[in-house]
Amino acid sequence: MRKYYDDVTKIAGSVLTVKAHGAGYDELAVIRSDHGESLAQVIRLEGNQVALQVFAGTQGLSNRDKVRLLGKPMQVAYTDDLLGRIFDGSGRPRDARGQVEGQMIDIGRPAVNPVRRRMPDKMVETGIPMIDIFNSLVESQKLPIFSIAGEPYNELLARIGLQADADVIILGGMGLRHDDYLKFRQTFEEGGVLGRTIMFIHTAADPTVECLLVPDLCLAVGEHFALDGKKVLVLLTDMTAFSDALKEIAIIMEQIPSNRGYPGDLYTQLARRYEKAVDFDEAGSMTVLACVTMPGDDVTHPVPDNTGYITEGQFYLRNGRIEPFGSLSRLKQQVNGKSRDDHRSIMDACIQLYALCRESREKRDMGFEMSPWDNKLLHYGKLFEDRIMDLSVNIPLFEALDRCWEILAECFDPEETGIRRSIIDKYWPKASSSPAEEMEMASA
Amino acid sequence: MNGNIVAVHGNLVVAQARERVVQNSISYCVRTDGTRLLSEVVRVRGQLADLQVFEETRGLHVGDAVEFHPEMLSATLGPGLLGQVYDGLQNPLPKLADKVGYFLESGHYLDALPEETTWEFTPVAETGATIQAGHTLGTVPEGIFTHQIMAPFNLRGEWKIEKIATAGTYTVRDEIAVLTNDAGQSRSVTMQQTWPIKMPLNVSRRRLMPTDPLVTKVRIIDSLFPIVRGGTYCIPGPFGAGKTVLQQITSRHADVDIVIVAACGERAGEVVETLREFPELTDPRTGRTLMERTIIICNTSAMPVAAREASVYTAATLAEYYRQMGLNVLLLADSTSRWAQAMRELSGRLEEIPGEEAFPAYLESRIASFYERAGAVELYDGTIGTLTIGGTVSPAGGNFEEPVTQGTLKVVGAFHGLSRARSDARRYPAIDPLDSWSKYAGIIDRDKVARTRALLARGNDIHQMMTVVGEEGTSVEDFTLAQCAEFFDNCMLQQNAFDEVDGATSAERQQFVFDKLLEVIDIDFAFENKEQARQTIVRITDLVRNWNYAATGSEEYEALLGQIDAFIAAKGRES
Repeated sequence: MRKYYDDVTKIAGSVLTVKAHGAGYDELAVIRSDHGESLAQVIRLEGNQVALQVFAGTQGLSNRDKVRLLGKPMQVAYTDDLLGRIFDGSGRPRDARGQVEGQMIDIGRPAVNPVRRRMPDKMVETGIPMIDIFNSLVESQKLPIFSIAGEPYNELLARIGLQADADVIILGGMGLRHDDYLKFRQTFEEGGVLGRTIMFIHTAADPTVECLLVPDLCLAVGEHFALDGKKVLVLLTDMTAFSDALKEIAIIMEQIPSNRGYPGDLYTQLARRYEKAVDFDEAGSMTVLACVTMPGDDVTHPVPDNTGYITEGQFYLRNGRIEPFGSLSRLKQQVNGKSRDDHRSIMDACIQLYALCRESREKRDMGFEMSPWDNKLLHYGKLFEDRIMDLSVNIPLFEALDRCWEILAECFDPEETGIRRSIIDKYWPKASSSPAEEMEMASA
Repeated sequence: MNGNIVAVHGNLVVAQARERVVQNSISYCVRTDGTRLLSEVVRVRGQLADLQVFEETRGLHVGDAVEFHPEMLSATLGPGLLGQVYDGLQNPLPKLADKVGYFLESGHYLDALPEETTWEFTPVAETGATIQAGHTLGTVPEGIFTHQIMAPFNLRGEWKIEKIATAGTYTVRDEIAVLTNDAGQSRSVTMQQTWPIKMPLNVSRRRLMPTDPLVTKVRIIDSLFPIVRGGTYCIPGPFGAGKTVLQQITSRHADVDIVIVAACGERAGEVVETLREFPELTDPRTGRTLMERTIIICNTSAMPVAAREASVYTAATLAEYYRQMGLNVLLLADSTSRWAQAMRELSGRLEEIPGEEAFPAYLESRIASFYERAGAVELYDGTIGTLTIGGTVSPAGGNFEEPVTQGTLKVVGAFHGLSRARSDARRYPAIDPLDSWSKYAGIIDRDKVARTRALLARGNDIHQMMTVVGEEGTSVEDFTLAQCAEFFDNCMLQQNAFDEVDGATSAERQQFVFDKLLEVIDIDFAFENKEQARQTIVRITDLVRNWNYAATGSEEYEALLGQIDAFIAAKGRES
């Protein structure tokens, strides 16, 4: 016996208000109109007035449409059959295949008890030296890529997804351009990882608020795979689109905006998603990488700003390169001490020298005289940018470390690098054979 | 049941009450599956009560039952608090994990103190004695401390001890005394009692002026921007500037008896780090693990927002309780901005008229009254207890001109402002020596502090000038001054937190180093050119930095000190 309510009292923005009884807060409803069925979520209860956020938008809805309460929160099927599948922002198949049957799980579950988390200590190798050497990605880390709109952030994300050693890859697209979606699919297909990938894709053509569910769907599924002992990598792009959808709903609901129109709970909303990244005690892990486009390249914009306070570091993507300054992996200290004994020394020395190179460039640009030392630095800067910083460089960690040594040897005398004597003796390239190669050890 | 839900919006529930409702009392919203969600009454309008729910409100319906209770949200006080890891409502998290697993499921509330643990009780007061609230009835040993069992803090007037337990082992629930008063009332007392978290707990003879320096072993703090026992300070800074690392270092090395860490709305990973590391670290003062002097209240960013608001008050109440025993307590709140944001969220849902950046109008007074819970007090038995509060602030965009930072600066005694420029330059701790201030007197003579601060300011001016006119346009004297400022910055203010020796410098050593650096700065160098100035200062900087890394009194320490003294004697000229 299904009960319908059709006493709609208000339709505004993407919110529809209906008189109904027995609606549970945060639970789902289905609205049937001339245009088919649309999913909606209860976002406010006041007496018998039930405010519903309609995921497909309210275009074409009428005040006589029928609303049915489902009496349960948003759920998603959890099964191995999800692997290789593509869904939209409401969890419907996007790949012309049938619905997935499986154990239904709630999305937006409570937080993990901190005492059941492990200290993260496993490195995720990406093949990108700017990450592997300088800001190592660590399993269970939550890390955003701060970027302006034109940068190749989606390519970077796809590459990390492809090369990171993960059991399950989950891609959440929010406001994704259709070409980008196709490109992701193509990249994963060609890379042969589509079989262990799950995609929840909301494209720019879909109704805005439909993207609100995407992170929760991805993270709920990811969390269950992690509980089953899997190593999960969640890629989210773009979290600014998600935040803008939150803003839209908050304004329709007449909430007082706090900063540039964003709701006061933006920090909490973002944190609840990012904090899902976890390394479970005695189970698997979930790593979260997210793209955050910065409107106007402004890091103090509420979205990147709140994100920075939540995440464990950030990568800045600028001019097609991962910026060495400003980029930070807060967890790198947990892993870079045990990869190879020159890792930390190379990390510090290369960045310090590159910083000096920038100073020399500034001096040069202002017309000050260049000393021989300045010229060495300028030469080093060029090599470092071409052979290490360039995003097309794709080499394993140890090879990247060796390459750094080569660059240093090409530009400097050993004592000019500021690296400890014992490390220099072990790794400084000799004319013929490199001792570093002999030292190669299997990674833990 | 004495009420029903009439509206739900986020974590705000409006309930129709059928009986008396007390503002700030606790209540439970009962889900249809029987789960009871803890809430607090935050506004009363006639028979309508607005409740802030400390859990996710998913699945609540209009018409669901609400239970109202007369008591206010309270903390449980008694032996067994030390070493615990609580959430914002004082649920012990390890026990919760044993009970419900990986996730913090709604509606599970556990006793804050283990009821089965027994304690060696020794009575101090005698039968027939007249006592008042807060007077010591007996003691139990709790780790390294003598935990005083005090008469309930909410006693009014004088009471007589009718009966007191003999020495022996008791649990926190066993009766240890019976009190009576002239009005013929009788009260049974156990080792545990409760106190409403939003009311300051202070049963003392008087408040004292805090003057005793609190040594944190962070040089820039102790020497230039000191804090005192019973004082307050704040650490605002943009993300990535090292607020949390600074708090963690302080929690390890601060010269106090008890540290209470309130991780309020921050990353769970950081709490995990403390959780896993503290039991392994030894407290240099006692040789026991640091955990034995620590209580962690953690309400991380993904946990329900309203409980975040409660968590700082819970932490303050526990801190005040130990202060009542004449101990020195340090409360570290990280971050107060998240607490303020929790207030903002609730205020928005209550549709209050917003102030700046949508924060409620009462933001400043709430911040002020929180920091006012700090202080040094003289207790009735003459001993002195102190509570020091240090809070981090996470200003939006790293801009200190925002309501929470400004509201905090008005009420604290010291300001340790972290700067992005210093953290980018890897100058840690990234406390800005030009902007920060302290109203307290520390371990270094005020005149010396003023001198070095002037030197740093002048050095900065010269440096700014140099970026415009280049080194060529700067005089040798000015250049030398800038180099000296840089030398002081390098050798005193910067510190490697991850080095065992450099990471924590004792007060005596700081004083000694400070004087030694002044001797260097006071040398009449009379350099002939800038290159000579640079090389000389680089040489002494290198010596002092290595000296900082050498353990006090070690052979290396003495050798380097000898070289530094030789440098000073030779006025920096190479012999």
